[in-house]
Amino acid sequence: MTDHVFPNWTVSTRTRGTSFATLLIAGAIVLAFVAPFFAPRAVIQDLFFILTMLVLAQCWNLLAGYAGLVSVGQQAFVGFGAYAMFAAVSLLGIDPLIAIAVGGLAALILSVPTAFFVFRLHGAYFAIGTWVIAEVVRLSLAQWKALGGGTGTSLPSGATRDMFGVRLVADLLHVRGPQATDIFCYWLALILAILTIGFIYRLLRSKQGLGLAAVRDNREAARSVGVDPLWTKSLVYLVAAFVTGLAGALIYVQKARISPDAAFSVPDWTAYVIFIVVIGGIGTIEGPIVGVIIFYVLQNLLADYGTIYLLFLGLLGILIMLFAPRGLWGLFADRSGIQLFPIRRILAAKTLTRHDTGGA
Amino acid sequence: MNWADTIIQGILLGGLYALFAAGLSLVFGIMRLVNLAHGDLIVLAAFLILLLVTALGLNPFVATIVALPIMFGIGWALQYLVLNRTLGDDILPPLLVTFGLSVVIQNGLLEGFSADSRRISAGSLETASIQVGPFSIGTMPLLTFLSAVAVIVALNAVFYRTSLGRAFRATSDDRVTAGLMGIRSERIFATATGIAMMVVTIASLYLGTRANFDPTQGPARLIYAFEAVIIGGLGSFWGTLAGGIIMGVAQTLGAAINPEWQILAGHIAFLLVLLVRPRGLFPRAVD
Repeated sequence: MTDHVFPNWTVSTRTRGTSFATLLIAGAIVLAFVAPFFAPRAVIQDLFFILTMLVLAQCWNLLAGYAGLVSVGQQAFVGFGAYAMFAAVSLLGIDPLIAIAVGGLAALILSVPTAFFVFRLHGAYFAIGTWVIAEVVRLSLAQWKALGGGTGTSLPSGATRDMFGVRLVADLLHVRGPQATDIFCYWLALILAILTIGFIYRLLRSKQGLGLAAVRDNREAARSVGVDPLWTKSLVYLVAAFVTGLAGALIYVQKARISPDAAFSVPDWTAYVIFIVVIGGIGTIEGPIVGVIIFYVLQNLLADYGTIYLLFLGLLGILIMLFAPRGLWGLFADRSGIQLFPIRRILAAKTLTRHDTGGA
Repeated sequence: MNWADTIIQGILLGGLYALFAAGLSLVFGIMRLVNLAHGDLIVLAAFLILLLVTALGLNPFVATIVALPIMFGIGWALQYLVLNRTLGDDILPPLLVTFGLSVVIQNGLLEGFSADSRRISAGSLETASIQVGPFSIGTMPLLTFLSAVAVIVALNAVFYRTSLGRAFRATSDDRVTAGLMGIRSERIFATATGIAMMVVTIASLYLGTRANFDPTQGPARLIYAFEAVIIGGLGSFWGTLAGGIIMGVAQTLGAAINPEWQILAGHIAFLLVLLVRPRGLFPRAVD
């Protein structure tokens, strides 16, 4: 007998509350965009900090949580992006807005030879290899006397005030120069965060994303069905470097002052970022969002204690890694089944009309 | 500038880096674990010796002998209670837990001892030197180098000539089968980390007496140690010594040309080896 009728399978990524989540995200984005119209300057600066850390955390999460590339050297791209932006503005007189793009591209270009070296190392050795590269870049840029050498330098006065778009913001919101710069940087950070999360979400839902998960879960099995781990991992590494460089350049447009030690700081750009991702939940898009909020709250509660704060973050990170390795969001998602950014493919049978096939 | 003198200083400095690296090499060889807090544990041991010297008025060498069993205990407990839980197929937990540990130790030391740089005083030994032919060699650098050679010889002897070493090698090759033969891998791993911490203590004596140190220096020591291990090739103790020497010579040569290039020259030597011989100069372990 040949009239087998197969059930009509569909693949869906929807989970409970997906429609609600879409509304929630859309609402949050609208609120974030109009925030400068009513929020005070200090709030906007804090939100800028949160958003830029979120971008860095999403990039690191993409590397470590999805591609299995645990980098301890992403500060190389933060610093290099920032320095390239400084060079473009200070030495070439380019508008800071375009210089931010220059920073991202510079980080992308740096990531090509870097990948060549660090991809020779695996696992933990990859981690320290990326750190060595970051040190090499920091020590080299400290030799660049035109940008202040080891002590650093500031952006030329007025560079950010005359930046493309800032005048527009000043007129639109009736605010003065420095505040307009903050607001403009905040909007840029918001756009960067939305584009980054959107890109990662699309990437993870695509064929390449499925390949990444396959490589992470079982390298040999993935290879045997034709997924090339090296190619996919390289792509992720380059993209993460580009976005990290953009974020670095943007952070330093707002700071307007740079030094090698600050721009390549391991605590600021790597330790914090790792703790944000680990505490929130590694390997999920929601994790870094939850993590950055917790990080910000903790920082405000414990800011006066300095080193105690980092000590506490380190202990919290260790405890979470030991007892809840999927982070706080992982705990929540496991219990509730809710995913704000659903990427897991769920197989569902649409029609279960059973045709009697006579026992064949 | 006297090149031969510079190179001799570099080789002796390499002894210090080999001491930093030997513990890392041992732990990696046995359990494929890279401890990102290794450098901070070196600094922790230096503070422990400093504490013993200042509080009890001990001679630094005596203080080191007192510190050895304490650090063994710390290493044993750290591995048995914390790091053993992280071992497995997934590389994330050991990396992130030891990274967290690095931050905790660093900031704990900052809290306890402030950011001031300290030094362990070795008295007249600090400036003593001996004349070998045309070269004047510092006694402390020479002691450092001889200690490194002694540590490598001892580690090789333990690893290849004792029943403990046999258990190390068996667990490293196949943890499950070793378990079936009655080897309790958790205790073997804890002992290995304990021994690594004893090597760290010896390294920290020379770290503390040769130059100033402060709580934030750990990560840089980890990087030098790691570079020495990779240059030498994974799983070979003599390779680690060779790696340390290459790092030391590269750094002193770099510093001789321009003091700002010291650290950079070491990193560049490492990258060159990685470029030409990705598995190091004397690889033994396949990993």
